[in-house]
Amino acid sequence: MSAESISVFSPKLEARLDALVKKYPVKRSALIPMLLYAQDEVGYISDAVVAEVAIRIGITELEVRNAATYYSMLRFKPAGRYHVQVCTNISCMLRGGYEILDRFRQELGIEPGGVTADGMFSLEEVQCIGACCWAPAIQVNYDDHDELKPDLVPGILSSYRGKAKAEGKTPHA
Amino acid sequence: MPKLVSHPDEVKIISRRFGQGAEKIDRYIELGGYEAVKKCLAQGSDWIINEVKASGLRGRGGAGFSTGMKWSFVPKQSAKPKYILVNGDESEPGTCKDHLIFLHDPHSVIEGAIIAGLAVGAKMGFIYMRGEYRTLLEIMERAVADAYARGFLGKNIFGSDKEFQIITQTGAGAYEVGEESALMESLEGKRGVPRIKPPFPAVVGLYGGPTVINNAETIATVPHVINMGAAAYAAVGSPRNGGTRLFGVSGCVERPGVYELPMGYNLKKIIYEVAGGIRNGRQLKAVVPGGSSTPVLLPDEIDIGMDFDQVGKAGSMLGSAAVIVLDDQTCMVEFALRTISFYRHESCGWCIPCREGTDWLKKSLTRIHAGFGEATDIDTVRYIAENMLGHTFCPLGDAAAMPTIAFVKKFRQEFEDHLNGKPCPLAKMGLPQFTVV
Repeated sequence: MSAESISVFSPKLEARLDALVKKYPVKRSALIPMLLYAQDEVGYISDAVVAEVAIRIGITELEVRNAATYYSMLRFKPAGRYHVQVCTNISCMLRGGYEILDRFRQELGIEPGGVTADGMFSLEEVQCIGACCWAPAIQVNYDDHDELKPDLVPGILSSYRGKAKAEGKTPHA
Repeated sequence: MPKLVSHPDEVKIISRRFGQGAEKIDRYIELGGYEAVKKCLAQGSDWIINEVKASGLRGRGGAGFSTGMKWSFVPKQSAKPKYILVNGDESEPGTCKDHLIFLHDPHSVIEGAIIAGLAVGAKMGFIYMRGEYRTLLEIMERAVADAYARGFLGKNIFGSDKEFQIITQTGAGAYEVGEESALMESLEGKRGVPRIKPPFPAVVGLYGGPTVINNAETIATVPHVINMGAAAYAAVGSPRNGGTRLFGVSGCVERPGVYELPMGYNLKKIIYEVAGGIRNGRQLKAVVPGGSSTPVLLPDEIDIGMDFDQVGKAGSMLGSAAVIVLDDQTCMVEFALRTISFYRHESCGWCIPCREGTDWLKKSLTRIHAGFGEATDIDTVRYIAENMLGHTFCPLGDAAAMPTIAFVKKFRQEFEDHLNGKPCPLAKMGLPQFTVV
């Protein structure tokens, strides 16, 4: 990418984004994927992400924000290292989606929208993740967990704590 | 990995490669893959369109429009490039069929898109998948790369003089983007608000070029139609409704899952035989037959064939064929509230009847559900919903209004039972606290 760009991204992501702008007949089509991939690394759409993406696409920061604020997966404040998204929409609700959400609330001690003090987990109630026939379902980052029961919740959380320990990195570093 | 189910009544056409390792290109070819596209290269555009028309294949996204007819609307000559756009935004609550196609049979989507390209003379196709399907997108991206490596995609596909490129795209969380014009806006890097029609996408679509937009299941079905032959495919379904559907059965049944059944298969049998009946020995209360936007059916209304025409005659819609089953422990006011909360969240805010309508419906239903509704609130809900119908910029407003009207009409007594300070006895979601003044 051009020399004037601010280095908010890792070299790996830089390379991915460089390829992304060349992928489409019109550069701007790269905008939404670029924001999502940037969020995956940075943790949220920070001001620096907006500025960097605007330069890469060649549009104003306002245009970036205008588009970005439409999409519910894009967030403008940091999430936990593992973002727990509990579906409570109708198919999940019928099979106990709200009980799953309540159990995550209890186990994590946070409300939907919150982040644990150690930055490990954040919790969100979401609108359908396309796993209706395997309800109740959740996504943690991009991993699906299907056919849940409240008692499976502590195990899921500890598996991610173990994963974090094994990888040893700080969130979104 | 989502559980695969099966039942002896299934006719496995689209799902025949599920669980067979067909996400790998060699296995896909071994199982008969990429033969249909070779046949299409030999036969040419008009033959393909006629074959797809004759098969009776109708759009699997929900509208049920003839696929062959849709393709025939694309002008032969165009100054601007033409495009194929595969709609894999799959966001209608209850629907997870494309999920399995992307997971188990991504090459069928690629092959179908190439055939669509050959039919209308497009050299480029896009596969747009909802943002939550990241792991599925990665499977698709590998499949696309493999198809390029084999020369099935690119400048001279299968050694012919035809070109076809495929570009994958991720969404980032938006139900509205499943509407075709909003989908194009999103793919162009903008807010996913719908465009005014006409012009229709077949004439002015993506980047201003003629564009065919088909649901992922529709596209994945196309190679099977070509392989089986139009007449054989049509013969599987019911009159005017060719072939099979992937029925996603969810909710209060013993064996939820995605079942491939012939069009016109009886709804009652889907629930009681295929999906094993109501779980925990409970009684059936209601069925939402085709995704959250379709009007609810009562237990005595479900002895019908599941095709576009018969479900329409019963006062609902086949939609995305997502059958959501409600048992007697379900509060209908709460179910209506959860449904409308979704549409309130997903309304793009572009047009007033939808933006304000979904918001007021949610507020009114929240109050009724909590036991603080007034008698007039029930008619207010119906009045708001009826005034949204047909008055919104895109079908999202209708999708919110139609089920709401049906809930109030068919379960009015239950709404009335919530009045006079009687909160819901069956509530699953937390009840909001209201201050009585």
